[in-house]
Amino acid sequence: MGLTKHSTGALAAERELRAEKRQQGDIRAALAGNPNVGKSTVFNALTGMDQHTGNWPGKTVTCASGYWKSKDAGCVLVDLPGCYSLLAHSEEEAAARDYICFGNADAVVVVCDASCVERSLNLALQTMEITPHVVLCVNLMDEAKKRGTVPDTALLQERLGIPVVPTAARSGCGLGLLMQAVQDAATGKTGQTAARVHYTPALEQAISVVEDALCPCMPENGPSLRWTALRLLENDPQLMQGLTEYLGFAPAEKPGVAKAQKDAEKILENAGITPEKLQDEIVSSVVHTAEDICRGAVSHCPSKKQARGRRIDRILTGRRVGFPLMALLLLFVFWLTIEGANVPSQLLSDLLFGFEETLHRGAAWLNMPAWLEGMLIDGVYRVLAWVVSVMLPPMAIFFPLFTLLEDLGYLPRAAFNLDHCFHKCSACGKQALTMAMGFGCNAAGVVGCRIIDSPRERLIAVLTNSFVPCNGRFPMLIAILTMFFAGMSGTFGASVLSALMLTGLVVLGVLMTFAASRFLSKTVLRGVPSSFTLELPPYRRPQIGKVIVRSVFDRTLFVLGRAAAVAAPAGLVIWVMANTPLGEGTLLTQCAAFLDPFARFFGMDGVILLAFILGFPANEIVVPLIVMGYLATGSLAEMVGLGAMHALFVENGWTWITALCTMLFALLHWPCSTTCLTIRKETQSRKWTAAAFLLPTAAGLALCAVVANGARLVEYLVHAAG
Amino acid sequence: MKKRTLGDLAEGEYAQVESLCAAGTMRRRMQDIGLIRGTGVSCVLKSPAGDPAAYEIRGALIALRREDARKVLVKGVRKGAAQWD
Repeated sequence: MGLTKHSTGALAAERELRAEKRQQGDIRAALAGNPNVGKSTVFNALTGMDQHTGNWPGKTVTCASGYWKSKDAGCVLVDLPGCYSLLAHSEEEAAARDYICFGNADAVVVVCDASCVERSLNLALQTMEITPHVVLCVNLMDEAKKRGTVPDTALLQERLGIPVVPTAARSGCGLGLLMQAVQDAATGKTGQTAARVHYTPALEQAISVVEDALCPCMPENGPSLRWTALRLLENDPQLMQGLTEYLGFAPAEKPGVAKAQKDAEKILENAGITPEKLQDEIVSSVVHTAEDICRGAVSHCPSKKQARGRRIDRILTGRRVGFPLMALLLLFVFWLTIEGANVPSQLLSDLLFGFEETLHRGAAWLNMPAWLEGMLIDGVYRVLAWVVSVMLPPMAIFFPLFTLLEDLGYLPRAAFNLDHCFHKCSACGKQALTMAMGFGCNAAGVVGCRIIDSPRERLIAVLTNSFVPCNGRFPMLIAILTMFFAGMSGTFGASVLSALMLTGLVVLGVLMTFAASRFLSKTVLRGVPSSFTLELPPYRRPQIGKVIVRSVFDRTLFVLGRAAAVAAPAGLVIWVMANTPLGEGTLLTQCAAFLDPFARFFGMDGVILLAFILGFPANEIVVPLIVMGYLATGSLAEMVGLGAMHALFVENGWTWITALCTMLFALLHWPCSTTCLTIRKETQSRKWTAAAFLLPTAAGLALCAVVANGARLVEYLVHAAG
Repeated sequence: MKKRTLGDLAEGEYAQVESLCAAGTMRRRMQDIGLIRGTGVSCVLKSPAGDPAAYEIRGALIALRREDARKVLVKGVRKGAAQWD
């Protein structure tokens, strides 16, 4: 689950499963697979949906569905969350299992990595135990070819007894054959008998006893007898409940079944298989069956590419260089963003503000009343122009760079490095991944927290997600840094300095995340860190062209569109406020004056705080709102470029302390409204939503108060001494 | 003699899984990633702080925290990479 128009913003949590067939004759197929085997790529290639795929495990946090169509057939495809097995207990895995068991899919496609077939066979064998309509899709064949580990799919098909189709979804190879196989599997035309997991004789005997008793009462289309029998022997209460709901009766309550269950338990007991051992028995039988099937069909020789991956890993996670390299990488990304955004930002600003004149002339020609002209041009258009010129260039650079890192597979390595710190805070190492998503969009980061299994640790990750600046806040930070600290000379030195300071701010955000996580796990969310496993997928060469197109169109323009949609009404509101007379001033000046004493204590002023409050729907519009607020009372008419903005700010009493506190508050304040709504949806609790709102706000205000008053004290002392 | 565990492996060491002493969900999770008796595992990477470490298990690279890796008893510790087929 990455950042797309489906995953950011208001749509973030709105991905409920709708998998309705569109017409008679359509079939419904589910896509299952281990995390990170290119399952989402297969799904996208088939359905044309732009569900984003990155190179880190656990992105499909909810099921997505899409539609595939050929000349004479249609198929509803459901993308299930990635999982290693259907026996485990995480929410994701339960969701995948329930869909396969009770979702009435006509066929299930198990996607596996051609370089790592054996491991995926666990899932395939377990799925085949539930339903015979299974197709194995051996994906990433292109990568396996490069590594020299191409599996013998014909032999696998013979041994597994289900269609096995090699594909390379990135280039679309084999997908036609795959869908043909899915049609065949759905209609039962494969003409093969699916392989079974070989259990020990005692267990097989126990299974057949229960199977016989179940036979008369089970429906034909449901999960297989063998699978149901096994689960009855295991007696997992959660699954039993699901089964009861699906069947409309509890199988264990049927008299014959209950007796058979008892008999089977006796058989197992006599063979020395206790309930605890039963689980081990089942799992190791599955693994051994997978081993047998792969013997001779799959080669495992470690390749040169793999060795190179290991060497890179050793550097990226090295004892001495691991952390400095992370910081350097961050620095480099920010520097490219700042350096690259400079010129286009200026150009856009010149263009858009130059156009303002034309608009005014147009309004005059239309005989537009002055209030309407002011409202539309000085209010709506000006804020929009600011949002576009300040936001678009940094976003259009930052998003693709970030996507490249994501696709390359760097993020899990970063999580690996940072896990120790999260462990110390009694939090989950995967929080590093959700934090990284927060850089793009906090709402997406909050939804991404579903990859964390433990509810306590998930809540910590949700509550602290907005401690890292999202993409809507980067441009604001960059603008203020450039104006007040790094200088606007546009030289190499200045952009490096900006990038350095931005990295510093982000590192501060990360440190605050640790502090807040630790605080939470020592107070309201007490608990011990739960165990976790994190897969470090092999590095993959990103498809650079696709990354750029995707991140510009899918992320940048969408996020910008959202910002603009919010900016227009906000511009209107602030213009109206600035032009509504109230008492001795206007509504705007009165509100700002009211907030002023409070804001001053935290190193800001009333207009800044008002802009943050009005910017609740989207952080992107805070700076434009500050500008509007000042312009409404100030004398400057022309507002082109950062130079003019700097002059305006200084004229309104900004010092380096104001700039620093504004940046700190931008880093640490309430999450935007979309993020709050998403948190509400994810936690199902008003209390936790309030906590997520108050926690960063309190941290930000405290930090601003300390910095502002500390700096004032120092200035005072220096002044007194001088 | 104290039993060796996966958590005791140094970078570049290989061993075979003897048994798991984790319970519940973690036991399941370990079994899911292929840690069953006889599976060859090698410790490939240590994070900068030394914990967690990444292990090559059945062709995949998987990070485990030390306290979890200590719940996997191993035998036959030697230098070298995993040879699991």
